[in-house]
Amino acid sequence: MNPELQGRVFPPAPPYLVGREKVRDFARAVFATHPINTDPDAAVAAGHADVVAPPTFPVVIQEHTLAQLLGEPDAGIDFSRVVHGDQRFSYSRPIVAGDELTATLTVTSVKTLGPHAMVTASSEMLDASGAHVVTAISTLVVRGGE
Amino acid sequence: MSAPRLDGLTVGDIVAEGEFPLSRDSLVRYAGASGDFNPIHYRDDVAASVGLPGVLAHGMLTMGFAVQPVVDWAGDPARISDYQVKFTRPVVVDAASGATVSVVARVGALTGTTARIDLTVTFDGATVLGKAQVVVALD
Repeated sequence: MNPELQGRVFPPAPPYLVGREKVRDFARAVFATHPINTDPDAAVAAGHADVVAPPTFPVVIQEHTLAQLLGEPDAGIDFSRVVHGDQRFSYSRPIVAGDELTATLTVTSVKTLGPHAMVTASSEMLDASGAHVVTAISTLVVRGGE
Repeated sequence: MSAPRLDGLTVGDIVAEGEFPLSRDSLVRYAGASGDFNPIHYRDDVAASVGLPGVLAHGMLTMGFAVQPVVDWAGDPARISDYQVKFTRPVVVDAASGATVSVVARVGALTGTTARIDLTVTFDGATVLGKAQVVVALD
């Protein structure tokens, strides 16, 4: 892997519009049963603008930014050797349907461990007003060749 | 719905538990909902060709459902301010019998405004997530 990736900031990914049915589909897929995730009336009663996305929903948007990293010609990352090492989300507020989120990827760390490499990438997601919503941080392990 | 109160919590308390029976259908549903169509999560032949013991659940699926008992306990997902895990062991989902993953959520630490809830997530007698921590803002 190219060690000069560390510190690189990618251009913001195209804005992602969070749809109500997408939130419902995702909620069902992660066994989320709280009505705030699926019922707009329950969400509004709890003070939210619309249905609330489950905590790991930002991964859907993060994928678009990680695709930028994996597709970078000089990155030297073989996708078939990538293993997800760890994942973190730090929230300012939950994502709700109707949010238009813009994610910007920064490569915060590149390390090598013997034949393997570890890259940590942070995707900061802002809403249409420019306010921070969530930052998704992934460490990917790129396994070395045999 | 009333949120739990910080002054009623003690480090070590179990606040929530859950059992999640996964099938191959669960993996296909998560692939569609998340957009992660890596075939190691639905094709035995591809999983075998890269040396895996079988078709695996997406790590992000396990991370996704493991927090749900805490969301239900907290009463509102807006109370969750931070959630992190390490993926330490894969969950192999058998085509016929599936896989059942268990979650136990305990109070790991308390501050004046938050509870750190530590998740123990096990499959087949072993933990599959490490340092699985949820920070919940409470009064």
